[in-house]
Amino acid sequence: MAEITYRQALHDALRDELLRDENVFLLGEEIGAFEGSYKITAGLLSEFGPKRVVDTPIVENGFIGMATGAAMLGLRPIVEIMTINFIVLGMDQIVNHAAKIYAMFGGQCPIPLVIRTPGGGGQQLAATHSQNLEVWFAHVPGLKVVAPSTPADAKGLLRTSVLDNNPVIFLENLALYNTKGEVPSDDYMVPIGQAKVTKEGSDLTVISYSRMAVVARDVARRMEQENNLSIEVVDLRSLRPLDHETIINSVRKTNRAIVFEEDWRSFGIGAEIAAILQEEAFDDLDAPIKRVASLEVPLPYSKPLELATLTGGKQLVEAINELAPRRRRSSYSS
Amino acid sequence: MEAKSKQQADAHDATSVHEQVSPPSPPIPGGEDRDTLLDYYYQMALVRRFEEKSAEMYNKARIGGYCHLNLGEEATVIGFCAGLEPADYVYTNYREHGYAIGRGISAGAVMAELFGKSTGCSHGRGGSMHLFDLERRFMGGYAIVGGQIPLATGAAFAIAYRGSQEVVACQMGDGTTNTGAFHESLNLAKIYHLPIVYFVVNNLYGMGLRVEKGSAVSELYRKACAYDMQSWRVDGNDVLAVRDAMRNAAALAREKHEPGLIEAVSFRFRGHSVVDPDRYRDKEEVQKGREHDPIAAFAERLTAAGLLDEKAIHEIEEKVERDVDDAVKFAEESPYPSVEEFMGDLNGYVYAPEAEQ
Repeated sequence: MAEITYRQALHDALRDELLRDENVFLLGEEIGAFEGSYKITAGLLSEFGPKRVVDTPIVENGFIGMATGAAMLGLRPIVEIMTINFIVLGMDQIVNHAAKIYAMFGGQCPIPLVIRTPGGGGQQLAATHSQNLEVWFAHVPGLKVVAPSTPADAKGLLRTSVLDNNPVIFLENLALYNTKGEVPSDDYMVPIGQAKVTKEGSDLTVISYSRMAVVARDVARRMEQENNLSIEVVDLRSLRPLDHETIINSVRKTNRAIVFEEDWRSFGIGAEIAAILQEEAFDDLDAPIKRVASLEVPLPYSKPLELATLTGGKQLVEAINELAPRRRRSSYSS
Repeated sequence: MEAKSKQQADAHDATSVHEQVSPPSPPIPGGEDRDTLLDYYYQMALVRRFEEKSAEMYNKARIGGYCHLNLGEEATVIGFCAGLEPADYVYTNYREHGYAIGRGISAGAVMAELFGKSTGCSHGRGGSMHLFDLERRFMGGYAIVGGQIPLATGAAFAIAYRGSQEVVACQMGDGTTNTGAFHESLNLAKIYHLPIVYFVVNNLYGMGLRVEKGSAVSELYRKACAYDMQSWRVDGNDVLAVRDAMRNAAALAREKHEPGLIEAVSFRFRGHSVVDPDRYRDKEEVQKGREHDPIAAFAERLTAAGLLDEKAIHEIEEKVERDVDDAVKFAEESPYPSVEEFMGDLNGYVYAPEAEQ
């Protein structure tokens, strides 16, 4: 075990995969000579050369499609999209092609493709550079979508994603890159489609993913110490396929659920999970499911407005205080 | 090889466009193999009859969805296929029945796919617009205009990555040359030196929009010059001209890893799809276009060269008729995919199995 950053974990996983399999190559904007907008690929061009670390021009649809075509012939491309906001330009290749080719052509041609991209707000990058669009992909059969929150999960899930024979959207988050965590030193894998209980508890369940899963765990720990509330946190880790079992088992135990997500509330991950819980665990619920998400506006630039728009620990504490069993409610606020 | 410079096309007359590209019915050049030529003739006739039968089956509701035919484009289709090697990869748009047959997928497997049967080349999952056969390296018909172009470019990227000798041929229609995917891909192919031939079938209409109304440059081969890419314009009614252009471009791609672009000026005999009544084209224009029947013209050339006579034409027509009837029979008698199997494993339908570790 070593403590490393989320950024380092991604870098190490990419390097391991480049070393392990000649068919693996990286492509994206500024990943080579510039070493990546967020420096995930630092040093990889000089170590592996331009054949394995391919700088592309600014043509998201073109190079996502090119990666998909290369995957059709058995290569295992790992695409970096500088931020999830730019992936919108490549939606045709992802949704109409990468996600369809295996099924639509009768199972003749797998697409072993990974598309890594960071989402998230909070950096004063305003409306077009701060989005959380993971729901768009989680909606599409044929794609897999993962959203790790810790360095250990980032490394293990990236390895699993590269070995998977299907297109995987690998969601990162700008605010996670510098976070640190323990990472095993062996070639471990984290399965796609498996959520993780990152903190056990009995009063209520907070279900989250990506950066908000980290916030949820911190809030839960503090409220346990300071308010004697026992909060369970489920980190989804994968959005498609979604691990129903872990979510339901947790709610069977706590009977109360909050879904905590950085994206917009309407038609979001919370909406899906609330639907699953009422379909599959209705009798186990003691209260309506709460959704804590960001305000439904294009994210403003100005810091006070940005802070007011994005959800966070404060909103989660309020929701927990509203939902916790009466005997346990507190006046805690972050 | 410089791109051919041509007179500005007469915007309103398909025939004159063809005449600029190549004079009608040039003699068969020396050194051609008779059996090969007769095979081209057979395949063009097969595509013609197959497509007529497809329209018939569509109108009898045996075929669902959309159905776009290669009628009138047979020389383009078979010339394209004849210029490639079996190991080469082909990507096409949704007007691809003829290309699938030209690549060696049986007419039965194509017709069965149109019927939605399990024996179809995409196992009944894709239909008319999504034919596929990995073994014959027919890498798909694609129904989003321009969708196949980045994919084909990526297949060429994989070939270059491995240093192998295959070529990718990527077919598209004239309207596609206006899309971002086209321009993005040509640029990528040139900067990475990819072994690919972009093949534009200019049948003068993108659905109902005349080529010069949709494209600022209506001589489409000229668009390649923006990417410093070699390009050629050929008469799409001349199977040998198309084949030779494809051979040249494929050789450049194979030997020099340089992409190229071919514009084949062609003409579709009917509307955009089976259900299109074709009201936007001038009747006289369509009539003139049909008079330039690529199959009849090739028969005349073969006859003039002493390679074909009435009896041989009749024999080929009979064989084509039998082959298409057999294809329909095969499609009719094949089972539909099992709903039970489908419902029993939706995950297996959508996702490829986990990788071996």
